[in-house]
Amino acid sequence: MELKPQHGLLKSLVAKKILMALTGLFLCLFLVAHLSGNLQLLIPGYNGRLQFNSYAVFMTQFPLIKIISYVLYLSIIIHVLDALVLTIRNRRARTVDYAVKSGYGSTFASRNMGILGTLILIFLVLHLANFWYKYKFGEMPYMVSPEGYFVSQKGEAIAGAVLRDGHLWVNGVDKGPAMKDLYEVVRLAFSQLWIVAIYVLSMIPLGYHLAHGFQSGFQTLGLRFGRAFSLIRTAGLLFAIIIPLGFAIIPLIFYFFPEKLN
Amino acid sequence: MKVYLKVWRQRHARDAGRFVDYTVDGINPDMSFLEMLDVLNNRLISQGEDPIAFDHDCREGICGTCGLYINGRPHGPVARATTCQVHMRHFKDGETIVIEPWRADAFPVIKDLVVDRSAFDRIIQAGGFVSVNTGQAPDGNAIPIPKEDASKAFDAATCIGCGACVAACKNASAMLFVAAKVAHLARLPQGRIEARERVLNMLTQMEEEGFGGCTNTGACEAECPKAISLENIALLNREFIKAKCAL
Repeated sequence: MELKPQHGLLKSLVAKKILMALTGLFLCLFLVAHLSGNLQLLIPGYNGRLQFNSYAVFMTQFPLIKIISYVLYLSIIIHVLDALVLTIRNRRARTVDYAVKSGYGSTFASRNMGILGTLILIFLVLHLANFWYKYKFGEMPYMVSPEGYFVSQKGEAIAGAVLRDGHLWVNGVDKGPAMKDLYEVVRLAFSQLWIVAIYVLSMIPLGYHLAHGFQSGFQTLGLRFGRAFSLIRTAGLLFAIIIPLGFAIIPLIFYFFPEKLN
Repeated sequence: MKVYLKVWRQRHARDAGRFVDYTVDGINPDMSFLEMLDVLNNRLISQGEDPIAFDHDCREGICGTCGLYINGRPHGPVARATTCQVHMRHFKDGETIVIEPWRADAFPVIKDLVVDRSAFDRIIQAGGFVSVNTGQAPDGNAIPIPKEDASKAFDAATCIGCGACVAACKNASAMLFVAAKVAHLARLPQGRIEARERVLNMLTQMEEEGFGGCTNTGACEAECPKAISLENIALLNREFIKAKCAL
C-alpha cells in the first residue's frame, strides 16, 4: 500500500484534537495548582494574608514558575484558537441541519463545549483584569504589618520604612521592593455581591466543561485501556465537581463569613 | 394504527427540498417501518404521484443499506437496530413521525431520503484493505491470534458502513466508521504490516471527503446498529500517533 500525499501535520483533524487534549489536560493540572494556591486565602488572620501575599511574590518572580506561566498563556491561546478552527471545520461538515434533533446518546456538556468554553473565556478575561492585570500593571495597596510597618517581599516588617516607587527606604537606604497586598484586593472584590455572583456562577460552565473535557482528553490521546478508562471517567466527574466547588467556596466565605478570616 | 408522516422530499441533488405531510392509515403494528413506507408508496403510485425514494436492500439488518433519520435519531427509536428492523409497534397510534435523510455534506442527497455514501467507499479504497499477493491460501492456524484480539477485531469488523455514526454526530464525523475499519485490521497480524499507511491514508481521505472531526460525544456509539465502541476511536488515535512518530 502506498502512502497518499499527506497534508501538513497541523491540518490533520486528529492532530488538532490531540493539541486540544494536551493543552486541555495541562490546563486541568494548572487548575489544581491554582486552587491549592488560592485556598491559602482561607487561612485566617495576618499569617494568612502574609502567606498568600508571599505566595503571590513567589509565583511572579521564581524563574521556573515564570517559564511555566508562559507555557500556560500559550496553552490557553492554543486551546481557544484550535477550538475555533475545529468548530468552524465541524460546522462546515453539516451545512444543512436536521429539523428534529434528539441529542440521544450524548451529554449536554459534550454537545456544548464551545459555548461552555466561551463562557469560561469571558470569565477568564474578567478574572485577569480583576487580579492579574492589577497586580502586574495597576495601582496596588501595599502590605502593612499589625504594628503598622511596611513589609518587604521577603515577608519582614521593616520598622520606620518609607514607601517610594514601590521600594522601602530607611534613612535613604533602599531595603528592596515592598510586598503588594493582593489579599486586600481579593477581599475588596469579594465584598461586592455582583463580583461574588459572577465568580460563583462562572464555576458552573467550568464544571460542565471539565465533566466532558477531562475524559475526552484521555480518549483523544488514545489512553483508553479496558477498565482503567471507567476509572478515568469517574475521576473526571469528581474533578469536575471538586475543582469548581473549591474555587466557588472562596468568594462565598469572603462575602458571607468575613469574620471567620479575621 | 394510523400515523402522520412529515417526509423530506427532494426531487434531485440541486432541488431545495421540503417536508411533505402524509397520513398513513390501517397499519399493522407488526409491519416494519419500511413496509409502512411501501404501503404509502403503493398508494402514491396508484394516485400517479412520485413514490418516496429510500434506500433498502436485505431488510434483515445486515447490509447497511437502509438509513433514515426518524424523529431525531438515525435508524429510529430502537437501539442496536437498523431502520428495517424497526417495527410500527415501536410508535404510538396517531404519532407524528418526522423522516429526514442523513445530513452531512459528505453524504449529498440524491433524491428524497437517499444519500450518496460513496465517500465511505473511497475511504475504504484509501486503505481499508490488506494487500494480498496471490498464491496458496495459508493454513488457518498458521498464525496464532490471542482470543481477545480476535474478538475485538471481529467486533470492529461487524461495522456495516451504514453511516448512522455520521448521521448521529453533531460534527458529521466519520471517525467511528474509520476507527472500526482501522481497528479491525490493526488488531490482527495480517493488518499490522500496512498499519501506518492505512491509518494515514484513511484519515486523509476522511478529511478530503469533508467529514467533521470527533469531539467524543459518544452519540455515534449509542446509535450504531452494531454497537461499535468508542474504544476503537481511541485505538485509531493511538495508531495515528504511532504512525506520525515513526517518521
